[in-house]
This record gives sequence, C-alpha cells and structure tokens, in this order.
Amino acid sequence: MGSQLTRADVERIAELARLAIEPGDAPRFAEQLSSILDYATSVQRVDTTNVPPHAGVAVSPLRADSPVDPLDRHAVLEQAPDANVDAGLFRVPKVL
Amino acid sequence: MDLRSLSAHDLRAAIERGETSAEAAVQSALDAIAAEDRKLHAFLTVAGDRALARARQLDTSGDRRGRLHGVPVALKDNLCVRGMKTTAGSRILGDYAPPYNATAVERLEAEGAVVIGKTNCDEFAMGSSTEHSAFGPSRNPWDPERIPGGSSGGSAVSVAARFTPIALGSDTGGSVRQPAALCGVVGAKPTYGRVSRYGLLAFASSLDQIGPFARTVADAALVQDVIDGPDPRDATCGTHAAAPCSSKIDRGVEGLRIGVPRHLLERGVDAEVSAAFERALSALAASGASVRAVELTHSEHAIAVYYLVATAEASSNLARYDGVRYGARVEGGSLAALYAGTRSRGFGAEVKRRLMLGTYALSAGYYDAYYLKAQQVRTLIRRDFERAFEHVDAIALPTSPTPAFKLGERLDDPLQMYLADVFTVGPSLAGLPAISVPCGLTAGRLPVGLQITGRAWDDATVYQIAAAFERTNEGRVL
Repeated sequence: MGSQLTRADVERIAELARLAIEPGDAPRFAEQLSSILDYATSVQRVDTTNVPPHAGVAVSPLRADSPVDPLDRHAVLEQAPDANVDAGLFRVPKVL
Repeated sequence: MDLRSLSAHDLRAAIERGETSAEAAVQSALDAIAAEDRKLHAFLTVAGDRALARARQLDTSGDRRGRLHGVPVALKDNLCVRGMKTTAGSRILGDYAPPYNATAVERLEAEGAVVIGKTNCDEFAMGSSTEHSAFGPSRNPWDPERIPGGSSGGSAVSVAARFTPIALGSDTGGSVRQPAALCGVVGAKPTYGRVSRYGLLAFASSLDQIGPFARTVADAALVQDVIDGPDPRDATCGTHAAAPCSSKIDRGVEGLRIGVPRHLLERGVDAEVSAAFERALSALAASGASVRAVELTHSEHAIAVYYLVATAEASSNLARYDGVRYGARVEGGSLAALYAGTRSRGFGAEVKRRLMLGTYALSAGYYDAYYLKAQQVRTLIRRDFERAFEHVDAIALPTSPTPAFKLGERLDDPLQMYLADVFTVGPSLAGLPAISVPCGLTAGRLPVGLQITGRAWDDATVYQIAAAFERTNEGRVL
C-alpha cells in the first residue's frame, strides 16, 4: 500500500488530533510520517487469517463498588488554568 | 565513608549499624547533584528541603526501619508526587503539581526511601535519547557528548553518576532498559500488571510499566519487590500471584535453559555490541546454563507493530491535555481554538508526530490496515514467545543494537531513533518481564547491556539469571 502523505493529509490529520500545524512545518511532517508509515506497512505482509487482535495481557479483576474519598476538589481546581474554585467549576470560553 | 558508592542494601545496613544517617545520605546526594548535575542534567527538579526534612524525621523517629530506610531515590518526571512539580518533560503541563501520589511512590516512601527529585525524560516518555525533553537533553556520564538513552535517561544518569543508588523510570517500549544499557546500570521492566500505573502519566496504557534502576541486580529486585503488587486504583494490576523478585537471586543458573533468537541479530547490530553479547552468553554457559537457539519469527515486525499500537494509544491518552483542567492554556476565541492553540504550543515536534501517526492509524478508512492489523501481529509476536518458552526458561538479546550515540545524530530521522528499540519492544508487546544488566564496555569505554526476558509473571527467574551473570567477570562494569 502506498503511504505517501500530502500536505493536505497532514493538515486533516492534525485537525483530527486537535493540533494546529504551522504551514511551514507541514512538508517536513508529511515526509517524516510517510517514511514511518512506509516502514510500518511491513505488518500488512503478515498472514493474519483467523488471528484475533491482541486484547490485553491481563484479565482485569473487579473491585467492590463502594464509595471512597475522591481527590480534594479544591486541590484539583487549583491546578486548572482557569476555574471558579469556590463554585467548584472549571472555566472555558463560551461554547454555544 | 563514601556514601555515594554504596548500594541501597549497603547504605541501609550502614544506617542500621549507626555508621551514618539518612540525613547524611540525603545531604551527600544533594551535594553531588549540586556539584555535577549542571553538566549532566539528570534532574529537572531537586526537592532538597523536603528530602532533608524527611531524612531527619527518619533519623529521629523510633518507627520500624523500612526496607529502604534512608535510601535516596530519583523519580522520572512522569511520576506524581503530591505538591511536587511534574512536567513529563513537556511544556504543556506548565507548573502542574499533582494533588496525589503515585502508588509506586507511596510504597517507596512507606519503606523509608527519600525522594530527592524528579528526573529528565523525553516528552511524555516518547523518545530514546532524552533529546525530546522540552527542557534540553541529559548527557551520558561515560561521555557527555553522547545521549544517555531514553526516555528515562535522567533516572539512568542519576544512578550511573552515583547521585542516587536507585531510581524509578517508566518503560513502554524500552525506556528503562535501553538507558540502563547505555549508562552501564541495571534496569528492569516488570511483567505487565505487576506494578500499579496509578499516578504514572499515561503514554500507552497496554504497554506502560514503572521499573527500577540500580547499580546492582539485588537493589533493582528489592525496589521492584517494594513497589509491585495489587492496587485497587489500577484495575490492570496484580491479577496474578507471583514469587518475589529477590526470591531466587542467589541460586545461580545451573540447569536453566537460555534461548537466543539468532535470526534477529543478522543485521544492524554494532560489532562491539555483538562481541560483548557473545562473551556474555559464554559466561552464562560457563556458569551452568544451557544456551540454545529459538525462533521469534514475527519479532522482525515488532518495531512496526509497536509504533502503530503505542501511538494509537497515545493519541487517545494525550487528548486530556487540552488546556482545561491542568497545565498551560493558550486562549482562543472558541473552545476548539483553545484546544488547538494549547496543544500546538504545549507539545514538541516528536509528540505531535506520534499523535498524528496514532490518529491516522485509528482513523476511518485506515483502522483495519494499520491498527487492527498491528494488534493481530501483536498476537503472533506473543504466541512466538509462548512457544519459545516451552523449550527455554529465558531469552537473551543485546538490550540495544548500538552503544550510546552522539547528541543530535538521530534527531532529524525519527525512524532511525525508533530502531534503537528494536530488541526491547518485543517483550513489551508481549507483556513479559525483561531486565538489562551491564555486559562490558566497548573499546571507546561505552557500556553495553544484556537483556534477559522471562515468562509472564516469572520476573524472579529474570532477576536470578541477571544476578548470576553479574557475579561473572563479564558482568562487572561499574
């Protein structure tokens, strides 16, 4: 499979990843990502007929669903770039 | 008494005998860092006052002496300590000081270990050299023109430079083992699920494990024994009973079978690394192990699988850094602009590359060809190991195909950087325990590491073999 990414591809992927790429950086990212993908396409040559995808090396145990003390709300909100600590709220720009 | 050269075991014993104190041990570590770390840059944060206060408390309280009583420890800067600045080598976290402790940190402190500070690493543990740290690279104590390996490079340097006898790192695809090899110290990646990941900033959750650095195998085993075991705060942890890592450390290798996947060594291995590896195998054979060939057919695809799976998981895990709940924020007119602005300014180039690669591998139209396919090949890689372990007790490989490279040498070629992990990603993908133990020096006096991989949950045999090798002449470096 050809995996040469164009500048437009890089811009589309960056948008999906919530990144804004400087226009000057797009060609270099396109070249580097294409080279990595070219290497990674080696997996496509492996016969995986009837092979299940890896699904975790350990079986997760279940714990009792009992209430515990959560992180202190003040301490958490104090780490936010913008919050109303007294009201217990993070602040973000208007969405609607 | 030269406190800096003591192992954790010997330091604790000296304190027990009253020959020195926790405060003296901590002061000695702080003095060494103040004098020498300007050059090596192992530490991003040195928590001197907190460490001295804790040490004095240990010296004066009549409490039970823990297994690491008074022993200074360095922590990779992606491990949370309450109130201590934690960056993961990134600018996006700003001055973040977590409101909670990682479980591994809590367990170390409960046994009397004293946290000296936080060590440098590639941003969010993504790299093999520490050159992707937003705060500049660390340097290899054996040759400061060279990288210490990564991503847990600062922790490896702290132990190699004798700032601290022990340190913690995190290993996703080799990030403890590779810097341990390149700095001439011991570094281990536990079986996936042995050590709680609570309080470790996540990179790739199906691979991440916290692991110890030390200058002796016995110290590394002790540290893992202190930090491992079930934790209700990590549902992937402690699903299986297992023997302690230290339990067989004095037994030797008589009768053990060690497999070597020769077919993986045909290309790309430095001649001096090859020679050191062959001498290590001879030393193990001379100690009574039987060395035989094994096949890990699909491991030739391990790097490809790893960089698809790990980046896919990272693209999901790092979505949390959006400028809302913690760290830095770049304001924008809209919420979408705030996200993109914060992430573009906050993340470095390597993190952006990996987030885009992972996003692509998971995106509509490419998921089956990349992510799903990689997870199928991962199953085959794991099955190869399981088949090999029907015939052998452990598998040996060089930890890294080359000794430490020069700063800047691979920075513009991400793929070359990724190939540094060629022998370490296989055990990670299969969830297996693996250790790197020093196995000699090149003519240019650069350390080489021997990697021993074991069966899942059989970390004890991995430490047993590493300890036996350490007792041979080939195992003596530092």
